[in-house]
Amino acid sequence: MSNRDQFRPEDHPNDHFLLTTVVGSYPKPKWLDRVKDRYEDDEADFGDDEWQEATDDAARLITREHERAGLDVVVDGEMRRNEMVEFFADRIDGYEFNGPVKVWGHNYFDKPSVVDDVEYDESWLVEEYEFTADVADRPVKVPITGPYTLASWSFNEAYEDDEALTYDLADLVNEEIEKLVDAGARYIQIDEPALATTPDDHAIVGEALERIAADIPDDVRIGLHVCYGDYSRIYPELLDYPVDELDLELANDDYEQLDVFKQHAFTKDLALGVVDAHVADVESVEQIESNIRKGLEVVPPEQLTVSPDCGVKLLPREVAYGKMENLVEAARNVEADLDAGDIDVSAAAPADD
Amino acid sequence: MQRIATTPGLFPLPDDAKETLSDLKGHQKHDLVSGDESPEIESVYDDVREDLVAVQRDAALDRVVEGQARWDDMLAHPLTVHENVETGGIVRYYDNNNFYRDPIVHGDLTFSGDLAADLEAAAEYTDDLQAVVPGPYSLADLATDDHYGDDEAFLAAIAEFLAGEVEAFPAVESVFVLEPSLVTNPPGDGEDARASEAIDTVASATDADVVAHTYWGALEEKVHAHLLDADVDAVGYDFVSNHEDNVYNIAEYGTKDSVALGVVDGQNTLVESPETITERVDWFRDAVPDPVEFDAAYVTANTGLFYLPVNRFEEKLRALAAATDDRADGETEEVTA
Repeated sequence: MSNRDQFRPEDHPNDHFLLTTVVGSYPKPKWLDRVKDRYEDDEADFGDDEWQEATDDAARLITREHERAGLDVVVDGEMRRNEMVEFFADRIDGYEFNGPVKVWGHNYFDKPSVVDDVEYDESWLVEEYEFTADVADRPVKVPITGPYTLASWSFNEAYEDDEALTYDLADLVNEEIEKLVDAGARYIQIDEPALATTPDDHAIVGEALERIAADIPDDVRIGLHVCYGDYSRIYPELLDYPVDELDLELANDDYEQLDVFKQHAFTKDLALGVVDAHVADVESVEQIESNIRKGLEVVPPEQLTVSPDCGVKLLPREVAYGKMENLVEAARNVEADLDAGDIDVSAAAPADD
Repeated sequence: MQRIATTPGLFPLPDDAKETLSDLKGHQKHDLVSGDESPEIESVYDDVREDLVAVQRDAALDRVVEGQARWDDMLAHPLTVHENVETGGIVRYYDNNNFYRDPIVHGDLTFSGDLAADLEAAAEYTDDLQAVVPGPYSLADLATDDHYGDDEAFLAAIAEFLAGEVEAFPAVESVFVLEPSLVTNPPGDGEDARASEAIDTVASATDADVVAHTYWGALEEKVHAHLLDADVDAVGYDFVSNHEDNVYNIAEYGTKDSVALGVVDGQNTLVESPETITERVDWFRDAVPDPVEFDAAYVTANTGLFYLPVNRFEEKLRALAAATDDRADGETEEVTA
């Protein structure tokens, strides 16, 4: 019962189909940063309407840039979002902001505090989705920060522990996803990078996902993105999660952890990171083809999605684009090789144990 | 039991300094503090140091730290500025969502003087100075050895290095030696005794009161027992993350004549009221057996405070000071006008 075929373009050139997409964030155009400075400057004659227009322009631009690269499923590059926790905390009742805190060196983020029960207020992403879907000719994916990360990367002043906070946030994420589905979204990606720092909490993430996935129709594809962790501590437990796809960073350490996923049949779809999100050199098409074949050691082509390791917002924009373009070309080449029977996929046993 | 309000240091930069330093230094890993900053950057840090001391004096803390504003790499700082240490990639700092540059030691850990210089500067503004240093076991745990060859030699070399740095300190009232790794990555058989000896080496380099402060849980019993062999004046315990096991350790094995009580959460914006802090100290006093009598209790945050936004950080300092300013059971007389 795969919900994957709905994302296959009608004019797809090969019999095989490796779904190509991105994790989410993309470098913001330089002019958007300049516009933001004006928007935040109380002296400047630049208000909400102007900001709305500027972010619309950026979202349209990057959505089309993704389409131009040939991706099967696109996003708007998260042009309206500042940071993956701040953006949501700003829209959820119960959060407050007290100022920036250090992540490393002189990199800070406005880590919010949960000071009261969290409650759903305004919609988070429906407008963003509707705008992007309207602009795009290809299907649109919606990345959304998961409840465990929203809880872990906040100060918890109000709840007994982060687990209780995570579950309340999961209910809000569920509410938002239902609204997105009503608006037409068919591909949702939950981002849970915090799981990598505290792998022992995988059961909490699992319970949160159960709450999120409850009552979401089967034709809505749900992915989970995790990155920069020791996967042996969360696999095979990840396979119990109620999601269709696991999106994993693996190119960064040159697939050193790939064997982890061969120890147990990979029963989900695998969204494989095939380009590094933090190296400013564009990988060659040949290199990416070789990376994609690594994924075929774990799952058959019908279960393979091809994407970057992580959000690419820290790369120069032309590098980010180069990576997307080569990623798509490499995927199409591997599909052609699969069609021609030039690739042995017997290593990946059918995942129906 | 005299109650001394203090902190383990590692303060957040004031918000305007966050911006100024970020503009002057940059955002990438090669832009972090190296020990040979331009006079312009030095002068920003001088101002920050004066501000951080003033904040503590205004709050009326009993012991005042330098603030460690220059410690871009948190506890790894004394190595990342050392001439015989190269900085590698950005690596995770314990299980925090924080990162530091991996210090790769590739030559002898000769005398640096970096910590002493900061303390000299801070000593101009206060007579209640307390030094803060990483413990040798934690510093070795955070670093990569590419020179000394084995763990035992590396730990001993780091202890000697830190002892040399401490020896160069100006007169200070107390020295907090921060040893979170003793909890998070406990030493095994033999290593536990060596970790204690390493702390002893550092403690012996000063006449000031030395506190071996632990946090992020409780020490394993054996590690705790060994730590008590070190010639320190107090051991510090984290009562925010695990009060039960810490009290058990003290009841079961005893502790030093003085004690440091981490009763304020350095990693949460919820500000403990002075009453709450006092209750926690009283709870501790009631929880340990009666015959155990303490000279002094350092009432402190469990961890460094850079995790917090500036407003909450300052409120926590004031709460710590307020919780101790009119409290004393017996030994210290209350001053009345």
